[in-house]
Amino acid sequence: MTTTLIAERSVDVDAEGFLTDPAQWNEEVAEEIARSSGIAELTPRHWQVVTFMRERYLATGAAPSIRALGKESGVPVKELYELFPKGPAKLAARIGGIPKPRGCI
Amino acid sequence: MTDILERPRAEAARPATIEKVAIVLSRGSLEGIYPGLIMANGARMEGIEADLFFTFFALDAIRKDHQGSIKVATVGNPGMHLPTLLGALPGFSALATRMLQRQMEKLDIPPIPEFLELIADSGAGLYACRASVDMFGLTKDDFIPQVRDVISVGEFYALAAGGEVIFT
Repeated sequence: MTTTLIAERSVDVDAEGFLTDPAQWNEEVAEEIARSSGIAELTPRHWQVVTFMRERYLATGAAPSIRALGKESGVPVKELYELFPKGPAKLAARIGGIPKPRGCI
Repeated sequence: MTDILERPRAEAARPATIEKVAIVLSRGSLEGIYPGLIMANGARMEGIEADLFFTFFALDAIRKDHQGSIKVATVGNPGMHLPTLLGALPGFSALATRMLQRQMEKLDIPPIPEFLELIADSGAGLYACRASVDMFGLTKDDFIPQVRDVISVGEFYALAAGGEVIFT
């Protein structure tokens, strides 16, 4: 774990750039992580996914599976991959300031 | 010169990350099909390009009329830890399948038809093996619409070029 500066905010991240403390997150941090992950701008559809991931994690302690994301976030699987080509669950978790999803699905 | 000798060329050319996989599914039992599907979905979740090639009895996974009735092999499967004769009893395979499916549902692993839809929607390519399709007397219409094409082994290798081939 290292401490780094994202959007002028001091945050703790793991080796892959996931925030280790969701409380250190804010929307500016999300936007900067998105930019450095190849997503130039977070659209309302991106936000819908990121918010769903974050809220589900904060409520249950685990990030949702890609199956749950496709069924329950309101954004279908095809669109999830258009929004986050490098992996929707992983990227939305990183942008949403929660730990990397650990499941295989 | 010594530097060149000490570092094999193949290793030097290998990238640090996997960017693309081509997964061959060859078996028609539940436990024969799932590993390939989980690896394909897992690849897409990491942003890795994935193609799936269904051959021999794994064609059942993409056959409209068969994909819903795929069962665990309870005979000749030492992993079941059961006497072979018991595994051969009528209904036993169906029972084992139901138990496994219930367990997978708890882990949020979808049933095969839904899993294939998910994998296709994630952008992975599904292909059927030409030789197997001919051998079983099938046509493209026998398969779920997500199957992009029936292709030969040669065409499969062309698709797989530049990536890793995984045989399951």
